[in-house]
This record gives sequence, C-alpha cells and structure tokens, in this order.
Amino acid sequence: MSGGAARWLERWSRRGRRAAAGFVLLAALAGLGLAQAAQTDLRAESVNPSVRDDRGHSLRFDAPPQRVVTLLPSLTEAWCAVGGCARLVGTDRYSNWPASVLDLPKLGGLDDAQVEGIVALRPDLVLAARSTRAVGRLEALGLRVLAFDSDNHAQVRATLFALARVLGDEARGAAAWQATQAQMAQAAQRVPAALRGGSVYFEVDASPYAAGAASFLGQTLHLLQLRNIAGPALGPFPKLNPEFVLRAQPQVVMAAARNTRQMPKRPGWGALQALQQGRVCAFDADTYELVTRPGPRLGEAALALADCLAQLPLPGLPQATPAGPAR
Amino acid sequence: MSLLAASAATARPRTTPRRMAWVLGGLSLLGLLAGLMSGSEGWQLDALSALWQPGHDWHTVVAQIRAPRSLGAWLAGALLGLAGAVAQGLFRNPLADPFLLGSAAGASLGVVLVLAAAALAAAGSSGAWLGEVAEAGVVAAAFAGALGGMALTLLLARGASHTLRLLLAGVVVGVMMTALNDLIVTAVPQALRGRQSFMLGNTAFLGWGSVGWLGLGLLLTAPLVWRLSRTLDALVLGEDSARSLGLDLPRLRTALIAALALATGLAVSQAGLIAFVGLVAPHLVRRCLPGPHGASLLASAATGGVLLLAADVLARSLIAPQELPVGVLTAVLGGGYLLWLLHRRGLAP
Repeated sequence: MSGGAARWLERWSRRGRRAAAGFVLLAALAGLGLAQAAQTDLRAESVNPSVRDDRGHSLRFDAPPQRVVTLLPSLTEAWCAVGGCARLVGTDRYSNWPASVLDLPKLGGLDDAQVEGIVALRPDLVLAARSTRAVGRLEALGLRVLAFDSDNHAQVRATLFALARVLGDEARGAAAWQATQAQMAQAAQRVPAALRGGSVYFEVDASPYAAGAASFLGQTLHLLQLRNIAGPALGPFPKLNPEFVLRAQPQVVMAAARNTRQMPKRPGWGALQALQQGRVCAFDADTYELVTRPGPRLGEAALALADCLAQLPLPGLPQATPAGPAR
Repeated sequence: MSLLAASAATARPRTTPRRMAWVLGGLSLLGLLAGLMSGSEGWQLDALSALWQPGHDWHTVVAQIRAPRSLGAWLAGALLGLAGAVAQGLFRNPLADPFLLGSAAGASLGVVLVLAAAALAAAGSSGAWLGEVAEAGVVAAAFAGALGGMALTLLLARGASHTLRLLLAGVVVGVMMTALNDLIVTAVPQALRGRQSFMLGNTAFLGWGSVGWLGLGLLLTAPLVWRLSRTLDALVLGEDSARSLGLDLPRLRTALIAALALATGLAVSQAGLIAFVGLVAPHLVRRCLPGPHGASLLASAATGGVLLLAADVLARSLIAPQELPVGVLTAVLGGGYLLWLLHRRGLAP
C-alpha cells in the first residue's frame, strides 16, 4: 500500500466511530472489487444505524429504544436534549433536569447503581458513564448498555451525536450542539472587555483543586476569553499548592459560595486582589451544579459564567503579577 | 524497677538521649528551613530573606503560608508521634497507633457529621451563620469524635487489660464508624468533598491559627505524658506488678488516654487523617534509644514531627506547583522504612 493510502487509513482509523465505514470506503476507492459489498453495508447502516460508545462497543438499533434508563445527570440531559425524554423510565439519583425526570424512579449513583431496580424496569437501553461500576453486571444480565465519557467539549458533542443516532435522527444531535455553541458565542460577547484576556482561578474543591485548562470547564473559560492560571500541562483537575494561587494573583476567582466564604480566612489568601476587590463569582448550589455538569447545558453554563463576569466590579486592572516568578 | 533497668542495660543502647536530641533538633531545623524554601515554584534558596522583609515580593507567601504550614506540619506530626508512643506503651502492643484504636475513625466521623450538617443547613435558608458554626465546630467535633471512638473501643474491650480484645474492639469500632461515615456521605453527597481531603490528610491550609492550636496541644500533652512515663514503664511489667508498685492505675490510665485523645484529636482536626506517623515514629525511636519511656516519648514526638514535615516538603516540591496528598507520602515513607526494618532485623517490642 502506498504511503499516501496508509496515511489516509491511519487518519480514518483514528476516528473511532467511523473506522469501519472508513475501511469500507477506502476499499471501494481502491477498486478492490468490494464496491458492491460496501454499498450494501452503507445502505444497511442507514436503515439500522449502529452506534458506537466510548468503549468501542457497537449496538445496532432496528428501531429507536422505547424504555431507557440513564445513570448520569449529564447523560440524562443529553438524551433529553436530542428529544428522547419521553422514553425515559428511570435515572440515577442526581439527575434533576429537565424537571420531568424528577418523578422517575431513582436508581442509585456511579458506585451504587441499583442493578435489581434497573433490571426490573426492563429497559431496552441503559446509558451510563464509563466509570459506572454496574456496566459489566448490567450487560451480563442481558441489558444493552452504551457507556460514554464526558471529560471535554468534544466528548459532549460526540455523545449528543451518538444519542441522536440511537433515535435514528442525527440532525437532532447537530441541532442540540449548534444551540449550545450559539449560547457559548453569546456568552463570550457578554464578557466585559476589561476582563477579556484576564486570568481566572476556578476552584472545584477546597483542598484546593482547580479546574485546569484541560477540563471541560477550562475549555468554557477559554471560550470566554479568560486565561486559566492552571495551564493545560497540569491536567484537568490539578491539586494546587495554595501559594501558587496567591502568586498567580488571578483577576477573577470562581467557586461555589461555600468555598469563597472560606477563602479570605485561608493563610495568606487575604492578599488575593480578586478577593479584596470583590472580583469573585460565588455560585449558589444550583448554579454551581449547572456549570460543573458536562452536558448539553454547557452553553447555558457559559451564559451563567458570563453573567457573573458582567456584574463584577471592573478592575482598574493593576496588571496583576504575572503567573511566573518575580524573584 | 530493677527489671527495667536490667532490660535497658542489656538492650545495648545505640545512642544517648542527649545525642538523639541533637540529631532530632538538627533535622527539625533543617526541615523547617527546607519548608520555608520549597513551594509552588520549586526550591528558592533566597526565600528565607523574604521572611524578615515585609515589603519583599515573597513575604506573604513565606510568612503567611510556608512558615505556619511547615511549623504546623511538624507540630501535627509531633502530636501523632507522641500519641503513637503513648498508645504502644499504654496498651503494651507495638501495633497500637491512634488509628488502630478508633480515635481517628471517630474524629473523621465527627468531622463528616459537622460537614453534613453544614451542607444540609446551607441547603436551607439560614446557611451563612451555620457555615461559620460548622467551621468552628470541626475542631471540636474531631476532638469529641477521637475521644468517643477510643471510649467506645475501651468499652467494647472492657478496659485496656486484654490486648487482643482491645485490638479487635479497635478494628470493629473503626470499621463501624467508617461505615457510618460512608452512610452519611451517601445521604449527603455534599460532605464528600470535605471528607476526601480530610481522609488523605492536608497540610496545605495550616495557618498561624492552626499552629496555635497544635502548639497548645503539644504544650499540654507532652509534659503530662512526660510526668506519666513512669506509669508506662511500670506497665511493661504487667498490670498486677504495676498495681503492686502502688500505682493508681485507673486514674493514671484515664489521664494517659485523655492525653492520647487530645493529641490525636487536635492533629486530626487540623491536618486530617495522616497515616503511619503515629505507628512508625515510636519504632524508629526504640530502635535507636531502647530502654524506659520518658526520653523516648519526647523523641517519638520529635521524630513524628520530622517525618511529617519531610513528607509535607516532598508533597509540595515533587510535582510543583501541584501537590501530592501528604498522607500518601507518610504512608510510603514510614511504611517503607518499617518494612525495611522488619526485613533487616525485626522490630523491638
């Protein structure tokens, strides 16, 4: 095989979901006599779409599933965003959006999914996080499970497309993602000019753990034109040395209100200019839940972040000490 | 006492208390200096000068974060080392440490109860003031929990005379309290975050306030334990012999347990569950300084301090500006050294 074709093959095979179709397409283009079979395959796919999850497992759906259980709030939201809400028969205990899912049976969480309760609901599809412990058990019991990751925007998008495919209508995935993107663009517009390019510290845990640039939250903050003090090299949710935050002097601090209340009392943090000058986004429990949920409401979350930014006292921006050392 | 003196003589001391004090003092000083110099940007040799210059760029970092953090880590380690030495002497068991007797599990349960109550209150209307109460209450809850855990262990074991029964009771209380802990966290997931950092131990936010609490704890417990060290020496001979020496055992034992609970509760409330320091420090000391309690109790405290301080310095410098959980490092350092000791020559009981 020529080098060019090999590169093509490599690029295609990287796109996990379409790898099979890619192989078939390449073979057809190369004129290896498989054109007929390939066409048959593609035609069959459009009738009975096969959906591949983030584990690489494929399921074929002859008809859209009628009884669906979701075991992660962001998956519940994604499933509803592509129009599947009416088919839900149960969710995990934390799913609370849209309001219609509140009345459904609650089936535990990541570590303690109630296998018996799930099986009793006789679902024809279970949507779970890859880290859900019950996945193997549910499959062993004959249930069809799709498991997804949602660590970044690309995975949220891919999940929306995959779920729309389950429903036999990929356009819904595209529409849901476009709506999310439109909200994000709108949010970026709302960020005050004085804060654009400013640095931000987003705390996800008081230890302190930050939302780094590599996390989905970091990606949203990047879209809002903020510079994360926890750069991509530190990974998605690094445990930081508290003095690093103080040295970085972020222009904006974001965290749940229960954390921001404690911040001025932490050793040395009274000297954080963002705290002194009130450039703090202190989220109440509901908003914090919204912004930390990697699902189709990413756009709504971005708007919530932008709305907070718009209300902050604008800095005369004494250009804060750069994150680097100033020895 | 002649028996003890004889055993001390035959145990071939490897060092004198005076030399031990110099070594531990020197190591502590070195550790504190390292603590001032290591931070989010690796090692800075010139950071020391910032401590004395309020206008210096690094003054806040060094004076408000690194100094209390290093001192606090040493003090917390010292309290755990002291508690471990007392527990091993009191229960005549080299496996005893604050964690095996239910005090740490109790402290952890206390903290989680307060966190959960605060989370529930925050969900209601009157969140802010209850949050304040919760913060102040964590220290008290950890202390009360430590005391409660040990009391329950002693109750189940019907006193501290039967070692096997005592250890079993400690394990059961630990498991029960951990299970209760898990139950609360399942019901109130908001308390999970707080618990996570508590379980792994955290020295990152030790400020001057924490140093004050820990220092006060050491000032109260160390002299008390020093005074009661003769009781521990007598207990080596067994309870009957100790009684025949005229010791008021129930009263003395209560005082020792109170000191043990105070030390553990304070350390755990400020720095979380830090593994292994309390178990390893007395072993390290006994290896170098065999013989009666007394000097070795204080040496265990200093060794615990040095161990936790070293772990803290490593935790913040190994992958700066990120940090490792300090409890993981104490387990690796202390546990590794203990295994090496076991392999080399066995442990002195």
